[in-house]
Amino acid sequence: MATVLNRKDFVSDQEVRWCPGCGDYAILAAVQKTMPEFGIAPENTVFISGIGCSSRFPYYMNTYGFHTIHGRAPAIATGLKISRPDLDVWVVTGDGDGLSIGGNHLIHTLRRNVDIKILLFNNRIYGLTKGQYSPTSEVGKITKSTPAGSVDFPFNPITVALGTHGTFVARSIDIEQKHLGEMLKRAHAHRGTSFIEILQNCSIFNEGAFNDVTDKALKADHQLVLEHGKPLIFGKNRDMGIRMNGMRPEAVRLSATVTEKDLVVHDETNLSLAFMLGHFEPPLPTPVGVFYAVSQPTYDGAVNQQLADAKAKQGAGDLKELLSKGDTWTVN
Amino acid sequence: MAVPPEAAEQAAESHESAASAPKPHLKRDHVVIRFAGDSGDGMQLTGMQFTSESALAGNDIATLPDYPAEIRAPQGTLAGVSGFQLNFSSNEVFTPGDEPNVLVAMNPAALRTNVEDLQPNAVIIVDREAFNESNIKRAGYASNPLTDHSLDKFQVIEVDVSKLTSLAVHGLGLNNRAAFRCRNMFVLGMLSWLFQRPIDSTIVSLKNRFKKAPELIEANIRVLTAGYNYGETTEMFASSYEVPAARIAPGLYRNITGNSATALGFVAAAVKAGRPLFLGSYPITPASDILHDLSGYKNFPVYTFQAEDEIAGVCSAIGAAFGGAIAITTTSGPGMDLKAEAVGLAMKVELPIVITDVQRAGPSTGMPTKPEQADLLQSMYGRHGEAPVPIIAASTPADCFDCAYEAVRIAVKYMTPVILLTDGQLANGAEPWLLPDPEQLAPIKVEFATNPEGFLPYARDAETLSRPWAVPGTKGLEHRIGGLSGENLTGNVSHSPANNELMVRTRARKIAGIVREIPPTEVFGDAGGGDLVVLGWGSSFGPIREAVKHVRAKGKKVSHVHLRYLNPLPRDLGETLKRFKQVMVAEMNMGQLLKLIRAEYLIDAFGFNKIQGRPFKVSEMENRINRVLEG
Repeated sequence: MATVLNRKDFVSDQEVRWCPGCGDYAILAAVQKTMPEFGIAPENTVFISGIGCSSRFPYYMNTYGFHTIHGRAPAIATGLKISRPDLDVWVVTGDGDGLSIGGNHLIHTLRRNVDIKILLFNNRIYGLTKGQYSPTSEVGKITKSTPAGSVDFPFNPITVALGTHGTFVARSIDIEQKHLGEMLKRAHAHRGTSFIEILQNCSIFNEGAFNDVTDKALKADHQLVLEHGKPLIFGKNRDMGIRMNGMRPEAVRLSATVTEKDLVVHDETNLSLAFMLGHFEPPLPTPVGVFYAVSQPTYDGAVNQQLADAKAKQGAGDLKELLSKGDTWTVN
Repeated sequence: MAVPPEAAEQAAESHESAASAPKPHLKRDHVVIRFAGDSGDGMQLTGMQFTSESALAGNDIATLPDYPAEIRAPQGTLAGVSGFQLNFSSNEVFTPGDEPNVLVAMNPAALRTNVEDLQPNAVIIVDREAFNESNIKRAGYASNPLTDHSLDKFQVIEVDVSKLTSLAVHGLGLNNRAAFRCRNMFVLGMLSWLFQRPIDSTIVSLKNRFKKAPELIEANIRVLTAGYNYGETTEMFASSYEVPAARIAPGLYRNITGNSATALGFVAAAVKAGRPLFLGSYPITPASDILHDLSGYKNFPVYTFQAEDEIAGVCSAIGAAFGGAIAITTTSGPGMDLKAEAVGLAMKVELPIVITDVQRAGPSTGMPTKPEQADLLQSMYGRHGEAPVPIIAASTPADCFDCAYEAVRIAVKYMTPVILLTDGQLANGAEPWLLPDPEQLAPIKVEFATNPEGFLPYARDAETLSRPWAVPGTKGLEHRIGGLSGENLTGNVSHSPANNELMVRTRARKIAGIVREIPPTEVFGDAGGGDLVVLGWGSSFGPIREAVKHVRAKGKKVSHVHLRYLNPLPRDLGETLKRFKQVMVAEMNMGQLLKLIRAEYLIDAFGFNKIQGRPFKVSEMENRINRVLEG
């Protein structure tokens, strides 16, 4: 009988040291609360992170953990997962760590479909280095390094992930504990690289960056919760929806003439739809939920299959035989 | 001894003699041949095949390919010339040879790029038809070197290789291009006769090589045999030469390049450790062959991960090491630059990986296909902070096996990254390798921590100061590691000043303690001291050893010390060197080991340096030694 796990099995003895009001606390709570439901023992779970505020995460999990170097967590996780497919491997990264210095590893991990779970905390700012703009900061952002406003165009983590044909791409929000928990469960159940962008508040350097989707008064009108097979409806009164106007999506109010039948129905397996939703920007609502989820062979699975096939065909490696391969000759 | 002037004289004399009479064999103790042609002419294959024939004939051999950085430079140009040099001997050989006695030049460009390296009276074999007007022009010759007397000091043998090849394949239905590509086998056949090498092994190898194209098997064998018979019957060769078998240690041998030996050393280490091997690597010249070789050994099991970049290569290895694999990465200079931060991480968290640097001529992109030894100080110091890493360097192609094996052994015993230095010369050079008995290899013990009672991730072994290897999946040992300064024993994040110094010093002591693994320094020559010791490391072993042998044969008090362990250095090295009046450090860089030696032992050593992307010649080493002795 499997041991029943609970939250405290995943809580380490280390004092949590994020700033008061940081969204990371909420994410940590959601992860620690959800992990027991997976039924995987802490010793079989590994959290790997890069550098940045988010990357302190592994210290607080009572699992195996590795706080590595800036941007490289997906590469380290890939090496671990290939050679230890039995482990449940998670990567915690941020918008700077994952999309700037580590962008290369992120996209290649996604494209390979290595069976690891990537949580990208997006606060649209560099927190640990005290407030420079990040690759997800909006154009014109005034920060310490951009006193006249940032002039570079931001990345959109969702469309970057979709662009690699990542097989599981989702978005959630730090303080939406229930939704975040659901996304973690979906991500965990997926075989292949699962990517969740978690909108996360930096209370010190970018307070309120996601106010429109987190503020109780505003969020219902600005959040579009994606559900597979269901029409795209949002708004306080559930009376707004997304309709196609030719090739362009538009927000419409439901009425006698505009009904649910006119709305777009979400399909997690439709990459074009996922891209379209990924590009939603105000005044369109911000989608949260699973944009895209498809089943494809995993990289680590395929690699291990090749090893198994080689062993089945050639037998287990024989060192003596290997060393004496090819043309040999004997000297008497 | 060179192929002698008699060749030409006898060729002239034999003009009148009957072709049916058997030709005489002349004995030579060693011969250096260089095959040169367009990079598409198959000179590497020809060279390697001739090497196999020579090894099977019992010679000691050393080889070195010299190929251009461009894959297929425009045909007939100097940039496109590919060469392969072989030194085969009835004595022990240490280098591929300074100056060829025989040059095979498949076109004018091949002649022009190589002719300056030849000894006077050397034999030059050319494909006459390739010396046409356009090729001559493309090679930058003003006139045809075959007719303008510029080659008078050599013995030029002109053979219609192209024509004879196409006659040999006549009737097989090969198109011109395919027929032309068999030319190298004609040359191989001809030289096989000239040096009395049996061609049976080449026939077997051709059958394997062209398994999927039977028409090419037939064509190549016909051309090879035609070349062999041509040697026998043509009047151009008055005699054949025999290089008798060398007296070498008994046992089973195979010919091996440094890169192949490196790959096998890693597989052997993983097998002995009882763990899977994991290679994370990004393709780079001249290291890629290690990746290629290892990707064929999956059933051992060997994981090869072709990463998205050099950083991911080393990082994936670190991840695999965290999970308990024997984890390695392979690269060359530019990749070493990129991996530095990750090596520092592995050093700090104390996980075992081996970083193989197949050194090439730098700086920057430099000369990717040429060797150098200029990454030593980078290996020593090329990381921020106090980040010592053990360094091991291989000295010959076969030695790469032992060094790769030893690097893994040290890495797992001391829970540390280890840098293995080889270079382009070793990587592609080949020599006969006395196959080791796997049973006799030093044990590599891997014991993962399993006991949760009192477990501390940074508790240390009293002797080695090594920490436990506690891999994910082990119940009760859950712990966190990372690059931040860590508290003694627990590894928990700590910014305590005193703790930081303690940890830096502890890791440094651990690495310094590896000195206990290093055998006493071997002195080739006078252990008690003498006039001069030449100190070397890496691939300059060959030219140093051979030059020192030569001067010692003339009664000079010169010795040779060659280092495998560069960090830490052998305990007795300082006192050993101090027994000599002069210490000369010979290396293919601006004096990197020299700096370490002077700093470490306060010895007034001096350097002999070469930074040309070419190994030292035995002759230049010998001249330098003589000049030093003369004062």
